Amino acid sequence: MITTIRLQREPFDAAAESARLSKGRSDVGAVVTFTGICRGDEAGAPIAALTLEHYPGMAEAEIERHVAEAGQRWPLLGATVIHRYGRIGPGEDIVLVVTASSHRQAAFAAAEFLMDYLKTRAPFWKQVERADGTNWVEAKGSDDAAADRWTRRDREAAE
Amino acid sequence: MKLRYFAWVRERVGKPEEDLDVPADVKTIAELMGWLAGRGEEYAYAFDNPKVIRAAVDRTHVKPETTIAGAREIAFFPPMTGG
Repeated sequence: MITTIRLQREPFDAAAESARLSKGRSDVGAVVTFTGICRGDEAGAPIAALTLEHYPGMAEAEIERHVAEAGQRWPLLGATVIHRYGRIGPGEDIVLVVTASSHRQAAFAAAEFLMDYLKTRAPFWKQVERADGTNWVEAKGSDDAAADRWTRRDREAAE
Repeated sequence: MKLRYFAWVRERVGKPEEDLDVPADVKTIAELMGWLAGRGEEYAYAFDNPKVIRAAVDRTHVKPETTIAGAREIAFFPPMTGG
């Protein structure tokens, strides 16, 4: 499995990163590309920007751990995760997950798994900037539930 | 021992990191949060509700009952909102 994990301030090129995972290979039959985008509103009100704080060192290590786990659980041929930090405007990309496999089931499942874990275990924190001030975004119970699914599926599969 | 704080924990404590001599009788992450809360108003405010604070030891997520002996870096932060 060829993996690329990057943290950066600058925007990324999702199409180029996606193409890189299948280029020159005859064994890749499925590439799944997920892009997380900054919405123009949060909790029903428009926002000016999102600022992402992160824990340098741990963020990369956590993402690497989860990509390695994805590679253990599914027959992946490649995986790319790029996560931006810093100030991000509405409509801009925040995060990219690309997974490549011979067949689609692994690519789809691994991409969803990686996103569910990025939402709950990767040390990033979002701040919403509006005209009248700045607030920290609160973690969602639905994100924790989504990540927990992957643990339950493990237990169910083992039974 | 190096302590690091992120997001609103960092804002409440008033600094992103510090080096502290943690007493030997403070054995776990939960006990460390309690000890930190006693260091001043800003710490008490940051660790007011320890149940919502998450911790990492040497850049790995840990539970409150984890012992801190031998840790080089301990970080405290709110639930994460990445992705």
